[in-house]
Amino acid sequence: MSIKEKIARRVAKELNDGDVVNLGIGLPTMVADYIPDGITIHLQSENGILGMGAVPGADGYDSNIVNAGGKPVTVEKGASYFDSAFSFAIIRGGHVNVTVLGALQVDQQGSLASHIIPGKMVPGMGGAMDLVTGSKKVIIAMTHTAKDGTPKILNNITLPPTAVCKVHQIVTELAVIEVTKEGLVLKEVSVDTTPEEVAAKTEAPLIMAENIGHF
Amino acid sequence: MRKVSPQEAVASINDGAVVMIGGFMSNGTPEILIDALIEKNLKNLTIIANDGGTLDTGIGRLIKTGAVSRLIASHIGLNPLTGQFMNEGKMEVQLVPQGTLAEQIRAGGAGLGGILTPTGLGTEIEEGKQVIEVDGTNFVLEKPLKADFALIRASIADEKGNLFYRATTRNFNPMMATAAETVIAAAEEIVAAGDIQAESVATPGIFVDFLVGGEPYVD
Repeated sequence: MSIKEKIARRVAKELNDGDVVNLGIGLPTMVADYIPDGITIHLQSENGILGMGAVPGADGYDSNIVNAGGKPVTVEKGASYFDSAFSFAIIRGGHVNVTVLGALQVDQQGSLASHIIPGKMVPGMGGAMDLVTGSKKVIIAMTHTAKDGTPKILNNITLPPTAVCKVHQIVTELAVIEVTKEGLVLKEVSVDTTPEEVAAKTEAPLIMAENIGHF
Repeated sequence: MRKVSPQEAVASINDGAVVMIGGFMSNGTPEILIDALIEKNLKNLTIIANDGGTLDTGIGRLIKTGAVSRLIASHIGLNPLTGQFMNEGKMEVQLVPQGTLAEQIRAGGAGLGGILTPTGLGTEIEEGKQVIEVDGTNFVLEKPLKADFALIRASIADEKGNLFYRATTRNFNPMMATAAETVIAAAEEIVAAGDIQAESVATPGIFVDFLVGGEPYVD
């Protein structure tokens, strides 16, 4: 199993029956492949779908139906479509239970940077700022460190913030970390690592939970 | 409302116009109106849209011609030329959170003086804007957006200009139809009045000034 699959599978366990869930492009989208049995969620796509389904096979292709990345997608029975203002009423209005998105940096206050590296990468924030501002629970799904091994979980983010103090949980291939008023709490570690290794790869201080679980 | 050709529809769009264009990553973007605009070789257009399209689709095709000097959008990541033009100073790009952009356009069409949103608090979006406290919670004041023209796309239009949008092609089109001085709609198909169920009309015909048929079918 790849690192991304591992993260997606662990994030999926955070979802509850009936949740309205928005999954970001890339790794977060993979969470949909690991929804536990017996749980039904409603996938929201910010371009105007509630009840988004899987990527279509060759025969089910309809280019009137795309996801927020502009890629063809299907809808579940009982789905609905709406315009962008209504879509963001769902998002900003607190009607999305869980948003899962990637990040370049997250800090101990729960602030995140995901939409810009000044001078290098300026794709625009799309719906990310609204999603992290309005969703009841924001989960960051990302690799624990950058490609060069430098920490992404920091004391304070150094890139321009996408939102301030909005993240509730961070799930990486190494750890499940909860953002609390007291700081970052290490709740679980991967079976192939230790709390000490996770702490060494994390710039922000970690509060060790009483019983650190494994995944 | 007048039924016209794409060329007639865009005839009064001139250099420097502010133009809203519907669609989301080119899904729901009126490609035949983009074609007609490209033919005009315009300069200094301001485009208000969700995104910069792609190199080969939607707004991206217009940007490629150099006709756009200013783009107000939420996302430009699928069109590398947008970022390049921005870095080279050929085009000014103002990035706006997607939900804020949708509401600014809605406010422009709905006669509102602006909207108060929590989105962007503590970020670069807040800079230079009024932050207003309502019952102990802070909000950013975002002003309404209006345009000279809106180019929108419907799946089906009727003879009265009523519009129906299939699936996700709706996106920004209904709001834009309310927020521009002149609204040009391109539809795949134009049917008799009454052939679109009244409940399925997402944009009433009173908003549409020019209607163009022949927008390519998608399936």
